[in-house]
Amino acid sequence: MTTVFGVPLPAILGQLMLGLVNGSFYALLSLGLAVIFGLLGVVNFAHGAFYMLGAFAAYIGLQFLGINYWWALLLAPLTVGLLGVLIERLFLRHLYQVEPVYGLLLTFGIALIAEGIMRSLFGASGKSYPVPPLLQGVLNLGFMILPIYRAWVVMASVTVCGLTWFLIERTRLGARLRAATENARLVQAFGINVPVMVMCTYGAGVALAALAGVLAAPVIQVSPLMGSSLVIVVFAVVVIGGMGSIVGAIVSGLVLGLIEGLTKVVYPEASSIVVFVIMALVLIWRPAGLFGKEP
Amino acid sequence: MAREMLKIANLQAWYGESHILHGVEFAVHEGEVVTLLGRNGAGRTTTLRAIMGLVGSRTGSVLINGVEAVGLAPHRIARLGLGYCPEERGIFAALSTEENLLLPPRLKGAGGMQLEEIYDIFPNLLERAASPGTRLSGGEQQMLAVARVLRTGARLLLLDEISEGLAPVIVQKLGEVIRTLRQKGFTVVLVEQNFRFAAPLADRFYVMEHGKIVKQFARSELASQAGLLQEFLGV
Repeated sequence: MTTVFGVPLPAILGQLMLGLVNGSFYALLSLGLAVIFGLLGVVNFAHGAFYMLGAFAAYIGLQFLGINYWWALLLAPLTVGLLGVLIERLFLRHLYQVEPVYGLLLTFGIALIAEGIMRSLFGASGKSYPVPPLLQGVLNLGFMILPIYRAWVVMASVTVCGLTWFLIERTRLGARLRAATENARLVQAFGINVPVMVMCTYGAGVALAALAGVLAAPVIQVSPLMGSSLVIVVFAVVVIGGMGSIVGAIVSGLVLGLIEGLTKVVYPEASSIVVFVIMALVLIWRPAGLFGKEP
Repeated sequence: MAREMLKIANLQAWYGESHILHGVEFAVHEGEVVTLLGRNGAGRTTTLRAIMGLVGSRTGSVLINGVEAVGLAPHRIARLGLGYCPEERGIFAALSTEENLLLPPRLKGAGGMQLEEIYDIFPNLLERAASPGTRLSGGEQQMLAVARVLRTGARLLLLDEISEGLAPVIVQKLGEVIRTLRQKGFTVVLVEQNFRFAAPLADRFYVMEHGKIVKQFARSELASQAGLLQEFLGV
């Protein structure tokens, strides 16, 4: 059997695939965080909770309402996104004029509340969510065994990230968003309803997190704490990519997932800290992040 | 006399604690070009920002085509038919020249200039359409900032220091643009430091000092007002 550094190639490829799956979640989550931070200036600490709520929405849908995976992909982001819109309208928008730390504290509180509610309803233990029938099984590629669902997660995430990038960088709507990120008051003075745009952007960022949650449900255990363990890594990803950078969030999400996977093969003990080590190095050499604009 | 397109009464404005405008009063008639003169810090830029709703807080009355704008959000004010060109030009770095140009939405039923028409007036902008907005030269950025508000169909333009810091040939070009706009029936409020630029363009002049209008006169009175201008502007 082919080996690299004494590790069988299929094992490496398997870990890389897992890394890419994690990277897909990082990318979807950090993308939403980056867009929200860019426009609202809010460090959305509730992002992990929305990811968790997305997964739970899928779980609840399947268990109690008979809503299958494919409908959950659509309905969970929509429901959780609307919750985000509500939170922006009721709470967040009052904090744009004050120091950023208030937005951070508010969203952190929201995350704790959401986790607490889900824990009291469903307990702390993980719930399993079945892989949809269409995506069950594996593909034998000859050099590795590829679980179809994992390939689907990567494909779906890359597609959604690509579409989001296109929407922001290449359309009229995206131009308004980019302009408002630079100077919201002036964009509003041009006749664009910026407050509504901000609200929808927050909702969309939250919906992306929920979508990641639905995609994650069949590969990890659905539990109230699944978000808080992930979101810390995602913040590191956003810092590495550059706060507010769309491409940075997507690329560094996927790449860091891969690096994490690779570390699991080469030096497993370091796999849970490798992202933070990279973050520290990036902060030393490029404080604005790899894709961020130096001030 | 044509109807009043903009009528400002007892306009007061604040940035945080600082009280900048102390009861500004003036009116602009349809089709007129009016210039606000005054020293730096007299409150001219703040007057335009207060009209657009971009100051911290304001009281008094700003009637735009008879609609009260004090109390409206900036996007609603813009939709009353205002085109605002800020002093700092407000060209977005993350947007290409053409994206900058297309950013302000067209007003409903207003029929602003077509893109071709705008590129006819400002051929440079067509050449640079794909460049990031802030890669343009200062003159090109200023043209872009002016061109941007022409597309929307706004008939009342607030132009803040558009000749500032530009080469004479560009200033001349912008002067021609203002003349063209006047012929097309636009109503224009210019804030200008450059009196030579504004003098031949404007129908009437208002002089501001300490957040108030202290004097107004028509172009025909320019010669007789030379001493006063000396006093207020140091020109």
